[in-house]
Amino acid sequence: MAAADSAPAGPPEPAGDSVLTADNPLPPAEEPAPSAEIAIRTRGLTKRYGDFVAVDRLDLTVYQGEVFGLLGPNGAGKTTTILMLLGLSEPSGGAARVLGLDPARHPLPVKRQVGYLPDDVGFYGGMTGRQNLRYTARLNGLAAAEAEERMEALLLRVGLADAADSRVDTYSRGMRQRLGLADVLVKQPSIVILDEPTTAIDPRGVEDVLVLVRELAQDGVAVLLASHLLHQVQQVCNRIGIFVGGRMVAMGPMHELAEQLGSGPMTLEVSVEPPLAPAQELLSELPGVNRVEPDPRDSRLLVVTAERDLRGDVARALVGAGMPPLHLRRRGDELDEIYRRYFAAEEAADEPAA
Amino acid sequence: MSQRPEPAVRRPRKKRRTAAPVAAPARLAAPDPALRAPGHGWRTVAAKELADHVLSVRFLVLVVILGLAAAGAVYTAAGAIREVASSATGAPSLFLRLFTVAPDQFPPFVGLVGFLGPLLGIAFGFDGVNGERSEGTLPRLLAQPIHRDDVINGKFVAGLVAIGLIITAVTLVVAGIGVLQLGIVPPPGDIIRLLVWVVLAIAYVGFWLAFALLCSVVLRRAATSALVAIGIWIVLTLFAALLVGIIAGFLAPSPADATTDQQVANLSLQQDLARLSPNRLFEEATAAVLDPTVRTVGIVLPEQTDRAVGSLLPLEQSLLVIWPQIVILIAVTALAFALGYVSFMRQEVRA
Repeated sequence: MAAADSAPAGPPEPAGDSVLTADNPLPPAEEPAPSAEIAIRTRGLTKRYGDFVAVDRLDLTVYQGEVFGLLGPNGAGKTTTILMLLGLSEPSGGAARVLGLDPARHPLPVKRQVGYLPDDVGFYGGMTGRQNLRYTARLNGLAAAEAEERMEALLLRVGLADAADSRVDTYSRGMRQRLGLADVLVKQPSIVILDEPTTAIDPRGVEDVLVLVRELAQDGVAVLLASHLLHQVQQVCNRIGIFVGGRMVAMGPMHELAEQLGSGPMTLEVSVEPPLAPAQELLSELPGVNRVEPDPRDSRLLVVTAERDLRGDVARALVGAGMPPLHLRRRGDELDEIYRRYFAAEEAADEPAA
Repeated sequence: MSQRPEPAVRRPRKKRRTAAPVAAPARLAAPDPALRAPGHGWRTVAAKELADHVLSVRFLVLVVILGLAAAGAVYTAAGAIREVASSATGAPSLFLRLFTVAPDQFPPFVGLVGFLGPLLGIAFGFDGVNGERSEGTLPRLLAQPIHRDDVINGKFVAGLVAIGLIITAVTLVVAGIGVLQLGIVPPPGDIIRLLVWVVLAIAYVGFWLAFALLCSVVLRRAATSALVAIGIWIVLTLFAALLVGIIAGFLAPSPADATTDQQVANLSLQQDLARLSPNRLFEEATAAVLDPTVRTVGIVLPEQTDRAVGSLLPLEQSLLVIWPQIVILIAVTALAFALGYVSFMRQEVRA
């Protein structure tokens, strides 16, 4: 049985039920035919708990070799979505396909191919790191010899080779997280789902995780990264979906999301040597500027609301008036701003309904 | 074991890719035959759980407690039997008396198992599922390619095996001590009766295991689960007789000048109520299995025994006497396990 595992990769399992039929809720791909294979696809995926809608008609496609960032605040429904993708929770509506299979009906082949690192991953504290990994390998039906080989390589890769034979009780939070990554990779998954993998670990640990994610994607693994920490994950994600209140409010590559924000009125923040009043007066007379007011949160800043990107004009005007800008930044460049903006939009949309 | 890679590649943090052969995506290699093999999942879970049990402190403690109590019980029983040995010559099943005779205030071995057995079941079950939850291992475990029921099935089987190990070991030790003390060789019939009793005892403790597992599914905290299970154990073993007497006195009063019919009604109600407790079922089953002279576990009126000829029952007749008890014992065990099973299957993974 070990031989089957190390055999060269074959095409996706041609299970009869994976074929899309006429009454299958998944229509043929609408996207321009992608060069990569589809790893995960959902259509109208919905999860309700009584009246509460945890996931609302989610349409999501993740390709092999791609890192997809599912970003949203806590309680947005990210974990619920993941559990449905693993067949650990039954969808209330819609459908999901993971590697062409319906996880609700064929959880075993799906779980064989999908590595899942849960939020706040736990291990058996009384067992060593290696024993914990061995248990996972056995549950995956790996032959002993092959499992030992893979575990050795993985423990090295995540930097736990020296601690492998200590009890997990003695591990730090970061070490547990790294053991979790090794645990996910023992089965050599073709999809990896990481739930909040960078929470509560130090910056260097975060860097390690992100490097590993990048490497996985280069090897052709599809990575679904759920997180609420945009700064940390934006650098490794090919595409990002902003997921709020169970709904995907925006999706696309980082720069596209930024562009969507870039159109329309924009906000600049400006700072000059005090006093600010002359600068405020000067800037409010610039053509295209709607409003200039001090930042209520930071008295050193002026907030300029303009119809378009006026950074050049603002800088020139200030320099010309002998008040060189100490600080000039367009708000919305940062993912935080994207985040805040979408969340604000979401809340505004919710209010009339409430 | 596999040879360790050179120290040169022991810095996996570098962007330079390490030699790790991992994550070459084994794209949908045919599922392992091992995974298709029925029982792969629960066997793996059970093997791990059993190893945990056997190596745990609680296993050791329970063996010591039960072993010491049992040794004490048998030692006193053997002494008592020897004192009356001259008059007991030819008494049937002297060997089995070791387990049932209770001189002084010390309870007999079977009484100890009836009383302490539930503790075994509770100890191996009370944190079965909620322990995984609080350690955060449940989502990770369920994300592996096993069925969800493999988890609870494996835990139940592992618990049963651990219980079986303890009960069998302690019974054998006790029998050994008895043989040395009494200097009698147990006849084959007695050995078979003892084996049947061991199976019954495992089934009885299995009920408490299933019940403790049910608690561990329904109650989120291990401490609460242990407390509830132990509370019910104490109520059923210590206060059941009191409660039964009160309820029967209320429903079928038996005043001082009661007729025989009233007395019988009261007593049979008491007996029926008492049989709701697995402890009572086990006691009755024990009485018949370990004593071939026991012909009924119900109420016996003097006229029924009048001119009855005392004789020994063969094993199958003894089993017939307590067949209802055996069936109910297994049924309540199955029921408790089924309740735990169903609530586990319906539970959200993350709660």
